[in-house]
Amino acid sequence: MPFFEAVRLALQTIRVQKLKSFFTLLGVMIGVMFLIAVVSIVEGMSDYVENDFAAKIIGTNTFDVSRAPSFVVDADEEQWRAWQRRPRLFDPEAEVVRNALPGDFRIARVNQSFLPATVPGLRPRSVQAVATDASYFDIKRFGLTAGRAFTQQEVATGARVVVIGSEVASYYYEGLDPVGRELRIAGLPYTVIGVIEEQGSVFGFSMDRLVIAPVTTPLTRAINPRGDIDFITVQAGNRELITEGMELSREALRGFRGLGPSEEDDFALTTSSAALSFFDGLKSKLVLFGTALPAIGLVVGALVIMNIMLVAVSERTREIGVRKALGARRRDIIAQFLVEASTLSIIGAMIGAACGVGLAKLIAAVTPLPASVAPWSLVAALIVGAGVGITAGIYPASRAARLDPIAALRQE
Amino acid sequence: MSPDLMEAPAGTTPERQVVMRAVGQAPSAEWVIVTRGLTREYDMGGEIVRALRGVDLAVKRNEYVAIMGPSGSGKSTLMNIVGCLDTPNEGEYWLNGQLVSEMGDDALARVRNKEIGFVFQTFNLLPRASALANVELPLVYAGVPAAERKQRAMEALEKVQLGERVHHRPNELSGGQRQRVAIARALVNDPSILLADEPTGNLDSNTSEEIMKVFEHLADSGQTVIMVTHESDIASHARRVVVLRDGRIASDETKAQFVARIGAGQHAH
Repeated sequence: MPFFEAVRLALQTIRVQKLKSFFTLLGVMIGVMFLIAVVSIVEGMSDYVENDFAAKIIGTNTFDVSRAPSFVVDADEEQWRAWQRRPRLFDPEAEVVRNALPGDFRIARVNQSFLPATVPGLRPRSVQAVATDASYFDIKRFGLTAGRAFTQQEVATGARVVVIGSEVASYYYEGLDPVGRELRIAGLPYTVIGVIEEQGSVFGFSMDRLVIAPVTTPLTRAINPRGDIDFITVQAGNRELITEGMELSREALRGFRGLGPSEEDDFALTTSSAALSFFDGLKSKLVLFGTALPAIGLVVGALVIMNIMLVAVSERTREIGVRKALGARRRDIIAQFLVEASTLSIIGAMIGAACGVGLAKLIAAVTPLPASVAPWSLVAALIVGAGVGITAGIYPASRAARLDPIAALRQE
Repeated sequence: MSPDLMEAPAGTTPERQVVMRAVGQAPSAEWVIVTRGLTREYDMGGEIVRALRGVDLAVKRNEYVAIMGPSGSGKSTLMNIVGCLDTPNEGEYWLNGQLVSEMGDDALARVRNKEIGFVFQTFNLLPRASALANVELPLVYAGVPAAERKQRAMEALEKVQLGERVHHRPNELSGGQRQRVAIARALVNDPSILLADEPTGNLDSNTSEEIMKVFEHLADSGQTVIMVTHESDIASHARRVVVLRDGRIASDETKAQFVARIGAGQHAH
């Protein structure tokens, strides 16, 4: 029987039994819908991370020196404890790294944490507080819309000055010029000297709700009571110099800490590519978990289709007998039922794909999660639909094909 | 069933001797059906049922044959084998020069499609398909292109005077009309034999006569017709009547011989 004929027959059967067909394809529909939504969101995040996130969080051509790796996909309890036992980073280590690197590397000590900030008469609000060196502004390429950044002289003298993000400025100094005004962070007053231009957000987390003060101010102790450093961020002049800079820093730190050749590093070096590979790991997990649930929907959908097709085979036993008497071969009967099952399932997948695109767009609109519908996922949805239908149809179809025409014709 | 049928002589008439000669010879173009010693046994839960015990039958092209017999005589089994729905345990079945008793499933499906037109007691039309779609069905399995299929199906329906009702579904047609759709479907592939199983079993006597006229007309126009029935007045529409009893041929007569014997038997009682 020609393929087109089988599809026409399947559509006819589906048209005659609309309600039954709808319930049959519900499972596949829901499965594919969530599959498309999840894949779209993961793809959207992935686009976002590759284009914006890495540069915003880590910076361009930079690496971080820290106690433990900044991005960890999976580490067991023991690994975490080992990291916790490592010595903390203090100013001397930063000095060692600075001395080990040529002059065209930019280096900044960084401490960061959420701390309450306030001005008299306003409710305190949590802001991302950063205590760092003057070079941090160059490393992050922060542009200023008002005032200026602090200088390394101000860092050296421990000047109580602060540069604030645009959201902080608009919250505390609505309609006013913030420069020269006071901001209390963790209970101590700082003078605002500049405002950073708007940075946008990463995964719905505002990058403009930050305050930056010299690392030598009491802000450091407010963040890390022991006075240690969260990480040292190093920017190379260009991409090629990153590896060399990392090796120089590693050797210098190992020497400073007196690590023997057989001992492991007791610090971590993280690049933006590490952040990307961290995200790749995260992405594969998201895809795995995100697709596992819809996959259950698809399995249920397949079982429902198989069941409905088995019912169809027994309801249409006589029809199968007639078809066989009129010259249908086994493969014609198999084709008929397989095409019917896959047509059902593909229609379900198409409706599901449409709903999935809608769901992805809805999620992107009402939540900070980005979504981007990958064309391949729509193709994949149709292939999945056909696959589910064929898989679910094989057993009923082969039962139908094996029917003895004489017995089938005698069936009432 | 009249007891006279049971006593009918087999293999004695001159006609039967011609048939037996055909059975004994290599298949020729003249004989569309030749069976030699057909045996069919069923295993019914350990008990062996011998439905056919060596049936020798030959049917010429353009013959109109009725196969009669009481239930359990093996006539349904014979019809299934002749219709290539079943294969014998022993014996040979030559259909149109092909040894179909040795064929596999798919080859038999091909033969059914090309050589045999079935007409069933219960019509066996697909309920959700129009008359036209039902008649097109054998052509679909023969791989005929859609346009030609439709045209041939229309012609077949016109031949049975249903040209006006091609888009009706079976439930919108009367019993006689349904059986005529089934006849159109049986003929659309130009089969070697039209095989009818109790074609009037579900019809009233007027409609039965109407269907018998269609068969007669087909036989007149050169179509080989084989009709299985248990009603002697239906069988007497055929030009040759073969009676089966206990899986063997009990009699094989011309219509005249059959009617004379039945008539005599009926008068005797």
